[in-house]
Amino acid sequence: MPDKPKVAFYWCASCGGCEESIVDLAEDILGVVAAVDIMFWPVAMDFKKSDVETIADGGLLVAMINGAVRTSEQEEMAKLLRRKSTLVVAYGSCAHMGGIPGLANQFDREQIMKYVYEDSPSTVNADHARPVPATGNGGPTLPAFRSMVRALDQVIDVDYYLPGCPPVPRMLKAAIGTLLSGKLPPKGTVLGPDTGLCEECPRKETKPADLSYTAFHRPHEVTIKEEKCLLAQGVVCMGPATRGGCGAQCIAGNMPCTGCFGPTSRVRDQGAKILSAIASSVAAKDTEGIDRTLATIPDPVGTFYRYGLPGSLLRRKIADHN
Amino acid sequence: MTTTAEQANGWEPRIVAFFCNWCTYTAADLAGVSRLRHAPNARIIRVMCSGRLDPQFVLDAFARGADGVLVGGCHPGDCHYMEGNYKALRRVRLLERMLDGMGIHRDRFRLEWISASEGEKVKTTINDMVARVRALGPLALPAKFADWDREMDELEHAVAAQTEDVHA
Repeated sequence: MPDKPKVAFYWCASCGGCEESIVDLAEDILGVVAAVDIMFWPVAMDFKKSDVETIADGGLLVAMINGAVRTSEQEEMAKLLRRKSTLVVAYGSCAHMGGIPGLANQFDREQIMKYVYEDSPSTVNADHARPVPATGNGGPTLPAFRSMVRALDQVIDVDYYLPGCPPVPRMLKAAIGTLLSGKLPPKGTVLGPDTGLCEECPRKETKPADLSYTAFHRPHEVTIKEEKCLLAQGVVCMGPATRGGCGAQCIAGNMPCTGCFGPTSRVRDQGAKILSAIASSVAAKDTEGIDRTLATIPDPVGTFYRYGLPGSLLRRKIADHN
Repeated sequence: MTTTAEQANGWEPRIVAFFCNWCTYTAADLAGVSRLRHAPNARIIRVMCSGRLDPQFVLDAFARGADGVLVGGCHPGDCHYMEGNYKALRRVRLLERMLDGMGIHRDRFRLEWISASEGEKVKTTINDMVARVRALGPLALPAKFADWDREMDELEHAVAAQTEDVHA
């Protein structure tokens, strides 16, 4: 019997939701296991880094890597898996665009360290101790905490992207089928539909041609009507600037889209695009009126780049203020 | 200070200016035929309307090395397409807050209404913007991106050193 294609799953800076989404294949995972050999999957199986090192370079058909990259250890594992794999798939929003951990790119390393090790309400650290990569006295060597969060393709070459927080099992199944078929899409393809979420939204018919805002409402501030377009209700919904394919699950839960699938192939910067769509529909024509309406969006960066700050055009907050 | 070093190396502010076809671009033409002298630092890109300005253009200009971005459109009420400049104004007001959140200084991005007859205002606006950006120094995002990613090279060196240790 010929060898089955070999695959690896790995996680970097992630919450575990992407791993969960693989398990969410449920009984379909048996089909996956029948079709491939899983060579490395730290969350579920006991393989070590040394097991990966013994695989011949290019010996894996595909490595599915989830999570953003923040530490030198994650970089090292990503680079190792890149060397061992014919294909690398950035799995989920964090690997795709930086994800929720990428919001940390609004702060520099010192701000984060100071808050976590000194200022946070739950911290007791009278000595102001901080982790140091190497103590120099024979103790362990810790990974370096990088100055910023990176999407996977800012660290290694990436062949495909599977979007979502987390990707939906149906798309994972289709992606595995595509990769095993040998009929590969062009490099860099996001393995999902290339249309906006609004196209598949069950509330599409209720989206008005002209929106006109005097105020925006955050989901906890209003009772959201279940049948009506969220934008028409003044709730910031990322649908117009977000790739579909998720089946509009958040909308089905009566919550706005927060953009985890990233933009379609025609858009480079999702945050700029939704900013454009939202802002241009403000009713006011004078600066004060416009500002008053837009003030009801208290956190533009966190709202529009919820999943994609590292992958955005500017990547991180810049120390430009004088 | 990099600012001083860059300026010593002949750094000049690079301003990308998006001017609307009907008013501000025509005003820039007028400034030209009127032989008004202004700073040569603005690269003018003609768009049909300030409402055509996709916020991505602004971010992309910065990401590719612009030190400042200037947007020029028709005065409120004068838009050739009725509403385009209002859309531009709304986008700019939110984009300014976003740029602020991303640490880009306010003086690096500016919207001005300049009608077709205001050649003089093209001159003063560009001169003023160049002076402000000059005072801030280079933004130099392409160099910053390269700087930020240099920390990843350390890993290659560390791994190479470890491998040498093993073989030594």
